[in-house]
Amino acid sequence: MAEGSTKKFLYINRKAPHGSIYALESLEVVLIGAAFEQDVSLAFLDDGVFQLAAGQDTSGIGSKNFSKTYRALGDYEVRKLYVERESLAERGLSEGDLMPITYEDEDDDYAEKPSIHLVDRAEMARLIRDADVVLSF
Amino acid sequence: MRFGIVVNEGPYTHQASDTAYHFTKAVLAGGHEVFRVFFYHDGVNNGTRYTVPPQDDRNLQKLWSELAEQHGIDLVVCIAAAQRRGILDESEARRHGKSGDNIAPGFRISGLGQLIEAGIEADRLVVFGD
Amino acid sequence: MPTLHTVNKSPFERSAMASCLNHVTDGDSVLMIEDAVVGARKGTALADDLRDRQRTCALYVLGPDLVARGLKPDDLIEGITVVDYAGFVDLAARNMRVCAWL
Repeated sequence: MAEGSTKKFLYINRKAPHGSIYALESLEVVLIGAAFEQDVSLAFLDDGVFQLAAGQDTSGIGSKNFSKTYRALGDYEVRKLYVERESLAERGLSEGDLMPITYEDEDDDYAEKPSIHLVDRAEMARLIRDADVVLSF
Repeated sequence: MRFGIVVNEGPYTHQASDTAYHFTKAVLAGGHEVFRVFFYHDGVNNGTRYTVPPQDDRNLQKLWSELAEQHGIDLVVCIAAAQRRGILDESEARRHGKSGDNIAPGFRISGLGQLIEAGIEADRLVVFGD
Repeated sequence: MPTLHTVNKSPFERSAMASCLNHVTDGDSVLMIEDAVVGARKGTALADDLRDRQRTCALYVLGPDLVARGLKPDDLIEGITVVDYAGFVDLAARNMRVCAWL
């Protein structure tokens, strides 16, 4: 357990966006949760990796294109987005197919640093094991 | 031990609400505490008192309401999810110019912060969904 | 710091069970609930894999869901433990966290 009242929250995203509301409403929890100053990590595995795909355009289906919001997560101090390498590979994707998501590191002269970290399956399993609270969407 | 419970689906279409209900009862029967049950996504539909299931079927809304009444459990419906799906209490109905409210007894509408708080305050957070 | 993983989907329809099993670590527990209980049967395409998994993690199935689907404890892969809702609560309490595979 983390010290004091800070807990490690892990949000697990396994579903593609737009076909259901889970991705959008998961993101809404993350944004609200950021105000609670917990240790927040987002995990993208299985079809959840499509949530971060670059070039999403929902104009033809009439629903909200919330994909741009992921790029603003850095401003909410949400800087740990873990994407599973095997999930990408199984879907014919590579890191280049994802949106560039960065944050400004105030401890390093506001240098722009990547928020997306590719992890393999064993590392993803460790992230789950290290979490205090797992929210699945 | 203190439990937080999250219900992400409405009644009847999926089993999630039934399983969460039976789990919550078992938590209480086991001498544990229920910090909060949080209803999110379509789970907010558990909180309308306008459901009228057939008489030979269970009434999940009533079961939840009775559990809240008997054990003083905090049943919280997410406001953002509720607004999308037409679950309103009196003040929300007034605020949005709607003619009536439908929130069921024992449920209250509040923000997503209540979910995060449940994650912080509870020893275990258990998610039921589809 | 073991985890209780819950799975509620049939492994013959969705990938939740496979994904769960890909992310368990030594000492974890996996509880099959709702439609996932059909994956606990012996003689299925998944049975050999589940038997192997029992070397590193403990497998459970929720009894009321099993019975509701016409399955009996005798139908299960050897070593899988049947629990009721109270047993589900005990598993959640005994592990450090609960991870739902939806």
